[in-house]
Amino acid sequence: MTMTLTEKIFKAHLKDEPFPGTKVLDIDVVMCHEITTPVAINDLIARGKDRVFDPEKIKAVIDHVTPAKDTETAQQGKILRDWARRHNIKDFFDIGKNGVCHAIFPEKGFIRPGYTVIMGDSHTCTHGAFGAFAAGVGTTDLEVGILKGVCAFREPKTICININGKLPEGVYAKDIILKIIKELTVKGATDCVIEFHGDIVKNMSMESRMTLCNMAIEAGGTSGVCMPDETTVDYLWPFISSEYKNKKAALEDFKKWKSDKGCEYMKVIDMDVTGMEPQVTFGYKPDEVKNISEMEGTPVDQIYIGSCTNGRLEDLRIAAQFLKGKKISPNIRGVVSPATPKIFREADAEGIIKIFMDAGFCVTNPTCGACLGMSNGVLAPGEVCASTTNRNFNGRMGKGGMVHLVSPAVAAVTALEGKITDPRKHMKKKFK
Amino acid sequence: MKTFGGKVLFLDRSDINTDEIIPAKYLTEISKEALKTHMIEDLKLEGFNPFSKDVSDAGVIVTRANFGCGSSREHAPWAFEVNGINVVIASGFARIFRQNMFNCGMLAIEVTESVIDKLFEHKDPKTGIKIDFQNNKLMITSKKGKETFDYHISEFDKALVKAGGWVEFADARY
Ligand code: SF4
Repeated sequence: MTMTLTEKIFKAHLKDEPFPGTKVLDIDVVMCHEITTPVAINDLIARGKDRVFDPEKIKAVIDHVTPAKDTETAQQGKILRDWARRHNIKDFFDIGKNGVCHAIFPEKGFIRPGYTVIMGDSHTCTHGAFGAFAAGVGTTDLEVGILKGVCAFREPKTICININGKLPEGVYAKDIILKIIKELTVKGATDCVIEFHGDIVKNMSMESRMTLCNMAIEAGGTSGVCMPDETTVDYLWPFISSEYKNKKAALEDFKKWKSDKGCEYMKVIDMDVTGMEPQVTFGYKPDEVKNISEMEGTPVDQIYIGSCTNGRLEDLRIAAQFLKGKKISPNIRGVVSPATPKIFREADAEGIIKIFMDAGFCVTNPTCGACLGMSNGVLAPGEVCASTTNRNFNGRMGKGGMVHLVSPAVAAVTALEGKITDPRKHMKKKFK
Repeated sequence: MKTFGGKVLFLDRSDINTDEIIPAKYLTEISKEALKTHMIEDLKLEGFNPFSKDVSDAGVIVTRANFGCGSSREHAPWAFEVNGINVVIASGFARIFRQNMFNCGMLAIEVTESVIDKLFEHKDPKTGIKIDFQNNKLMITSKKGKETFDYHISEFDKALVKAGGWVEFADARY
């Protein structure tokens, strides 16, 4: 019988089927941050069940507001910190070592093909880039995950998207996923996993694959997923080299976590990216997406480069290529948040941090910050931000503020011009 | 078992997201009670006043497609819970929100668009809905009269509501 990757993972992790159609899975990694976990911790304490199912399988980080901005956020951090100490959770990342959850956990090698992953955060779908089943959940699911290591799901259907063609210069994974969300709409993938296939995905870095999978939730998807391959092995090699004889053996093993040829998809979409333009959102929903040619010239007050979507080294490199030796528009505030300390250090070593600062950007510590309008660049009412994040909801980055979701390249050239600008106009034939 | 039902708050829009139900700036609250006054305060809906009596009196929400999309924050159902709303009826839900409702022992009832249209025909500040949980029926009463509709929820979701939520269910079983 042919199966999709998700069906294989469900089968391998099935603990119970209390009712037909409801699958309770064993969870390999339960990830926690300081916004949704403290309530779960307090509830466990109140129930007299302050326990964890396995401290090795729990990973925790303070990332949304860090350093704490007020008493409340300090208290949230403290609850998580005390809990991690109490239960001997070794993989806990506190200030100085912390970064955006969906960037730092993969970077530490916590995610492997075939894993089941949950977190009290909707963008947990990002980790599907490794061929895992990774789903965002609410605080109660998280609480049960912490206590019992299980989570219940309706088995999702799978949408297969084949991405082929020739990707034009100046167009990136972010543009592709925005266009896919436009096609699927914000509810088109509800109760579905989105599988990304095709030559374009095969040639993508893990970073770009994470950008694709990150926004699956914006189409309602339970998770995004890419098939593990050589790129996955290369990325994970520092963490798995003691487990396998060589990379070939690892690849052979990872191959069991692939959808079978001829498996049953709910829907198959063929996408040709040849001639595609950079994409920009225009409204308050992530499926309200236009070609950049229809959006050029839109005035902007702030640029934000960062987040679990586009705050990785690859993204900072792309933006820096455009910013090198230039100054951002005097009417623009530029904020960049490298997503993890490792990314920050590497960007610094490559001279990227200096490029940003010389251009006039404010460089913040690794954090979610402005992405969800809690700190580090909240908008004033009526202000507009071009942002590399994933949500343009009304008020997302500050009450009355407006967000245009863009790629790091669009964000960089928009910073230079003070209005939404097509990066292809700033491209020399070949970047050095 | 708790009872489900009450005055209806009609939210005539699709794709209402959890940032609109409870903005991120209140996610620093550790008590559910603190969310009470901020429920749907940023909702973008023509002529809507989040501080009106229609909102504070409501026990049931009737809305359109893809309700509760976006962030996974369970603060959204909690904001409803502390305001006495324990039923949301929509033509579709985002997965995480729907699960969060049942996990809290509350009801997220999905019906067809045509049933939603019929419910909206009863739109009035005095309209009420009663849920017959045992028999999967909802009764709407307004100036226009009374109507009853069948609905379907999964066996699992029903069991969660009966148990009082997922923590109770899981703790008894695993
Ligand atoms: S960067 Fe933004 S979207 Fe990503 S986890 Fe943080 S708040 Fe959520």
